[in-house]
Amino acid sequence: MSAFWSAWVSVIALAVILGCTWLLFATRKSEKHKETTEETLGHAFDGIEEYDNPLPKWWFQMFLVTVVFGLGYLVLYPGLGNFQGLLGWSSHGQWEEEMKHAEEQYRPVFEKYASLSIEQLQGEEAGLKMGQRMFANNCSVCHGSAGTGAYGFPNLTDNDWLYGGNPDAIKASIANGRNGAMPAWGAVLGEDGVRDVTSYVLSLSDREGVDAEAAERGKSQFQALCAACHTPEGTGMQALGAPNLTDDTWLYGGSFEQVAHTIRNGRAGVMPAHSNLLSDDKIHLIAAYVYSLSNQ
Amino acid sequence: MSTATEHPTYNYKVVRQFAIMTVVWGIVGMAVGVLIAAQLVWPALNFDLPWLSYGRIRPLHTNAVIFAFGGCALFATSYYVVQRTCQTRLISDALASFTFWGWQLVILSAAITLPLGFTSAKEYAELEWPIDLLITAVWVAYAVVFLGTVKMRKTSHIYVGNWFYMAFIITVAVLHIVNSMAMPVTFLKSYSMYPGTVDAMVQWWYGHNAVGFFLTAGFLGMMYYFVPKQAERPIFSYRLSIVHFWALIATYMWAGGHHLHYSALPDWTQSLGMVMSLILLAPSWGGMINGMMTLSGAWHKLRTDPILRFLVVSLSFYGMSTFEGPMMSIKTVNALSHNTDWTVGHVHAGALGWVAMISIGAVYHMIPKLFGKAQMYSVGLINTHFWLATIGTVLYICSMWVNGILQGLMWRAVNADGTLTYSFVEALEASHPGYFVRWLGGAFFLTGMLLMAYNVWQTVRAGSSVKAAEPSAQTA
Repeated sequence: MSAFWSAWVSVIALAVILGCTWLLFATRKSEKHKETTEETLGHAFDGIEEYDNPLPKWWFQMFLVTVVFGLGYLVLYPGLGNFQGLLGWSSHGQWEEEMKHAEEQYRPVFEKYASLSIEQLQGEEAGLKMGQRMFANNCSVCHGSAGTGAYGFPNLTDNDWLYGGNPDAIKASIANGRNGAMPAWGAVLGEDGVRDVTSYVLSLSDREGVDAEAAERGKSQFQALCAACHTPEGTGMQALGAPNLTDDTWLYGGSFEQVAHTIRNGRAGVMPAHSNLLSDDKIHLIAAYVYSLSNQ
Repeated sequence: MSTATEHPTYNYKVVRQFAIMTVVWGIVGMAVGVLIAAQLVWPALNFDLPWLSYGRIRPLHTNAVIFAFGGCALFATSYYVVQRTCQTRLISDALASFTFWGWQLVILSAAITLPLGFTSAKEYAELEWPIDLLITAVWVAYAVVFLGTVKMRKTSHIYVGNWFYMAFIITVAVLHIVNSMAMPVTFLKSYSMYPGTVDAMVQWWYGHNAVGFFLTAGFLGMMYYFVPKQAERPIFSYRLSIVHFWALIATYMWAGGHHLHYSALPDWTQSLGMVMSLILLAPSWGGMINGMMTLSGAWHKLRTDPILRFLVVSLSFYGMSTFEGPMMSIKTVNALSHNTDWTVGHVHAGALGWVAMISIGAVYHMIPKLFGKAQMYSVGLINTHFWLATIGTVLYICSMWVNGILQGLMWRAVNADGTLTYSFVEALEASHPGYFVRWLGGAFFLTGMLLMAYNVWQTVRAGSSVKAAEPSAQTA
């Protein structure tokens, strides 16, 4: 803020406070009666008259107390433009102070577990509990409080992994996030093609009632367009996060229409990165908890 | 003292229209409020319909109770009060009529566009730009009618109630225009002209002054007429009126920053918001004192007059919530209360306890006079309404205090390892009983409004109008 605007806002703010104070004193000084009176001002509005009573003393004093407190606060804390206040307080400074304090206090608790591998942590009841609490506060909004997932958000308890379920893969998913990009094939395949490929995809998991002829037609297109990520057998590729299509786990629903929708319009799954939000030690414990969900 | 029933020289038609719609929109707005309160207890009540989902009809509730119910009450009473205290007819019947039909069109547009999902996403200013333009047109007409009538007054002074009405009308015009500045991209979509933090500050400058000028100054104008009129006592202190009026409007303007404590807003703006909010305590209470003390010598009337009871209890809730507000603006308190149900309870202490109760009292006072009847159809029903409204408000406020403090404490609780003790869902589960009590309180309040509608209907349709003895039309 430039010096001009700083002065501008400070002057107006003080003028408001001091102006109210002046009005308070000026009104009190001009009082004709110092005690409660029956005298009115002599005019009436639709029959309503007004007494010339003095300002109640306790109210006058309360007003003054708030003004004094307010001015005192503006001297001590930032409030008048660029003036930082005598105490040197800032909200950012307060935050840093609290974070520093928390870091000192809690670092040892987490360090204790940082040296253990995720496999070793499976035997650490207290450490897993910490991981569970952090999961509840950071992950459960999408993955559910029991980690069982929801439409578009993977189930973490079924040992079926898009990007791999070993400790390092889980940690990488949490720390760096994942972007699952399934391209839209509607324009390339046309509507008939979409339905053929859908039939083929469903046949991979031995779905009953699949149109065998359509599946046969879809097979060649699958091999040409889909196999690169999902593999020719349709078993998926964890390096790309391409799901296994031969099991009965469906991130976006497994009905004919839902699978057709996925092929036609594509999907964009996003797991946000947490390395900027949580320390390595915390991610380590959350990963241990997630690992425990399907490795008990 | 005049107890005029029908006055030939005043424009009571527009007052009658707004008074009736106050009751109608009160019921609609509060019914939507009860529905969304129920949705928080039983989420299935969303019915998986987008236009019944909480996110879309919550703004419908706030707009309906503030601008439809509160707005109609302000229009009705301001037109009634300005004519009677200035002893002159509204300067233009056509413009007054335009404000009525224009305002109803605004409300109807809101009731259609909000459930359909058209929103500018600014709280209490969700309506899209074409409706904003209509609001501006209506408001300018309102200002012309009101200020013009004050100018043509036949009294030497301007009555204190009219100071407050004027401050409310002028300031709301400024607030609405500045906050609604936006770039339209389609007929029902626009983007705010302000970037990021500036947008947030402009929004809460508007938001808090909507409370300060729409819901406080406007209703203080109402209070300054109906309390002394119903109690038949002079206003306690003219001097107090002067100090608290100017101090109130000067400091309210600065208080909005307290909505953005511990945010990206610069520290100085937050501190100034807090300081001004604290200084606001005395000016706010000035209105309560002036109303309450006006009753000295008339306290016995409370035993027999449920209308006066509405007015006095509204002042008590006003005093309570204007004490609570400054306290909540203190950063340390706000760190606990912000984003919790405490805020919701605080707003409703003002909205139900103060705004609705004083409006209800004022409407009960006006209806017989507007329709040429001696009194309301049933005083007993007014009394029942009073107790339903009071119990409803108390249930609402108390449940939200408990929920708010519970949530604030649960959110900040940490374990020995520094992790949060409770997940968000656990705090939500713990809030469930409070949500039920809040819904119950809302249902109480709504039931009272239904009784009011019946009572008003019976009063209006009563065939033989019992005219009160009409003394000289104008008592100076």
